Amino acid sequence: MISARAKFLVGGVLVLGTAGYLMATSIKDTGMYYLTPTEFATKLSVDPTFRNTGVKLGARVVPGTIQRVPGGKEYAFQVTDGAQVFPVVYRGIAPDTFTDGVDVVVEGRLSSNGTFQATTLLAKCASRYENAPAGAPNDKYKQTPGYKSGSRA
Amino acid sequence: MILVGELSLWVALLMAAWAAVTSCTGGVLGRQDLIVSGRRGMYATTAMVVLASIGLWTALLTHDFSLEYVAGHTSANMPKVYVFTAFWGGQAGSMLFWSLILSIYSSIAIWSVRDKAADLAPWACGVLALILLFFLATTCFKANPYDRLAFIPADGKGMNPQLQNPGMAIHPPNLYLGYVATAVPFAFAIAALITRRLDASWLLIVRRWSLVSWFFLTVGITLGMWWAYVELGWSGYWAWDPVENASFLPWLTGTAFLHSIMIQEKRGMLRKWNVVLVVVTFLLSIFGTFLTRSGMIESVHSFAQSPVGTWFATFFLASTGATIYFVYTRLKDLEATAELESMVSREAAFLYNNLVLVGIAFSVLWGTLFPLISEAVRGSKITVGPPFFNAVNIPLGLLLLGLTGVGPLIAWRKASTANLRRQFFFPVVAGIGTGLLLAGLGMRNVHALIAYTLAGFVSGTIGQEFYKGIGARRSIHGESLPVAVVRLVARNRRRYGGYIVHAGIVVLFCAFAGLAFKKDHDVPLRTAESTELVDPLGHRWRFVSQGISTSETLNRFVTAIGLEVFRDGVRQGILTTEKRQYFDSNKQAQFEPATEVGIRTSAMLDLYVVLAGVRDDTAELRISFNPLVVWVWIGGMIMAIGGLIVMWPQAERRRAPSGYVATLAPARAELAAMK
Repeated sequence: MISARAKFLVGGVLVLGTAGYLMATSIKDTGMYYLTPTEFATKLSVDPTFRNTGVKLGARVVPGTIQRVPGGKEYAFQVTDGAQVFPVVYRGIAPDTFTDGVDVVVEGRLSSNGTFQATTLLAKCASRYENAPAGAPNDKYKQTPGYKSGSRA
Repeated sequence: MILVGELSLWVALLMAAWAAVTSCTGGVLGRQDLIVSGRRGMYATTAMVVLASIGLWTALLTHDFSLEYVAGHTSANMPKVYVFTAFWGGQAGSMLFWSLILSIYSSIAIWSVRDKAADLAPWACGVLALILLFFLATTCFKANPYDRLAFIPADGKGMNPQLQNPGMAIHPPNLYLGYVATAVPFAFAIAALITRRLDASWLLIVRRWSLVSWFFLTVGITLGMWWAYVELGWSGYWAWDPVENASFLPWLTGTAFLHSIMIQEKRGMLRKWNVVLVVVTFLLSIFGTFLTRSGMIESVHSFAQSPVGTWFATFFLASTGATIYFVYTRLKDLEATAELESMVSREAAFLYNNLVLVGIAFSVLWGTLFPLISEAVRGSKITVGPPFFNAVNIPLGLLLLGLTGVGPLIAWRKASTANLRRQFFFPVVAGIGTGLLLAGLGMRNVHALIAYTLAGFVSGTIGQEFYKGIGARRSIHGESLPVAVVRLVARNRRRYGGYIVHAGIVVLFCAFAGLAFKKDHDVPLRTAESTELVDPLGHRWRFVSQGISTSETLNRFVTAIGLEVFRDGVRQGILTTEKRQYFDSNKQAQFEPATEVGIRTSAMLDLYVVLAGVRDDTAELRISFNPLVVWVWIGGMIMAIGGLIVMWPQAERRRAPSGYVATLAPARAELAAMK
């Protein structure tokens, strides 16, 4: 007679095993590389077939490059991390925060003509929750002459 | 007052250090004078933190823009209520807010056991004082809301419009109240480990505070979903974003604990496991805070990245290390007093419930951290998104839903065939009936069908319990139906409160399953143009554009579009959706444009319209049909109400305790005497 404890353990292993299996397979199927343009370019030069892999590209929109294709819901723009530049085409509704110079995450793949075909476009806005985000606006005050960090009156 | 507040903050830091040192020394030496002094130190710390908080509120409400925090988070033209809530709207303020809640909680917890649990109290006080010391030190040195600017700006920078929403005003404090409450069970667990007093006395106080934490987390998460839905305009309420996951994790382990503690109470099993769950729940709360504040994980919610990250990491590792040490050295004291007897028993159902909850927690944690793990192991960052979380959590969630029906009805120790037949015949029929009915009506989505079948089954169990209970009361006491319902719940709050929570869970799952039938349409509309769409229930909707208008109010420019809405040819009214550009006192644009969603709610379906953009006179609209969304909020509310019923203090019943419960009786009497 197998003890209840052993039976429970078998059941437990089954449950956790299934969960583990689901985790492993779904990471394999839906996991995506999250790359900067430089990393992406490096991967492409090492392995040209990498262009068929869907990736997420985290970069900044090059100011002044956003174009709306007339008559369609298509946006064309360029993204960069300061070193590599990729032209991106995105079809769909862009978020409110999508403007010149914001950080975006585009998801998609590189087409044969060298344009990144994005299926999703996320604009990250550092000032979304903290009005005084990393580095920027608070530092505006800090650059003011006479500002002393943490000074108390 | 502002100066007083600032000074109080520093005094609070010293008092917390005092309370920590005297309490722990008092615990070691067993010296009553030190113990009392430590306790008073905790009260004094609380008073000082309250003063420091009043000081910050004063600064905010009097628009003292010499404070960097006030200037950075509010402006003169903002509604007063949001000036008030700006207290926890930013990094420094939220750290102080955290300390405020923790100090008040600590004082209440310590006060409630002041003459009881003599061995535990000093250590619990010491641990709480240490945690408080950490938060106060971080506030003072790394994120001080009293930091001043060298000059006084004419106006502040205002608050992000997306935060100027009633949901956002009350969602964060609820989450904080939930996160911070996990510190009390943690402190008592550590105290019990240190003193090796691992009997029942710590369990009761730990359970009470775990419930408090669970209640506020439930309310906080529900409000967060509601806010995301009505304010962010992406037509969903949960995106498996790291910040959302961070609040979900302690909820999962806390829920697991509230179930497994029942097995310890009744049967003396799972004692190690319960300690681990208490500790893990607290650590996950700290970890969640750390995660959201350190900028380690890519999140759409970008909080300011700041130096508090390192402090949190250190604190997190130190607490983990200390806990592992104490649990390891006390393993012998945590031996179970009973064994699992059968797979067909309530114990087994609860064990599986725990396994699934912790499994979900683990998968969520894994998915959240996967970018970091993959970068560390394989050198490139790989992210997983909603498909990952859904693939793992839909099956686990459905299993959990099924267990929700089994657990409360199956017998302890070993269920007999008669028990199974008596308890489960009707619910199983109800479940299968629901599934067949929906399939007959044409529902073909497998996940949704399983979800609704299980929902029918669980509803069957809950309904049956209420039916039996009410029937018994009516025949024994001759009570009318409403009286019987109220008394049934009031006299067995834990049991029937629990069922009400389960009913809320069922409602939530039904609402989640509704998402399988969600439909989105992107539609461009010129003035007077119309479009026709069919919703998932087969109704034909017609939308006629009334044209785009622009206007200017208090602190924003508004671009709005009105749609005349018809359903099956019947006019439903005008639905408007707006895009808003906020500006400051000088009419300078502030923040990115915000979306004001047009939502028309009904029991079966939300109509959700977003103005995505305007080109010439064409409005680009996203029109979504979101089935059953309103039931998410209702389910959350039912769960919260159930939680309140369970939590509500109850006069101890005179019932002869039996089994392991008998050993709890003295502790129960002790707790009752405290009230």
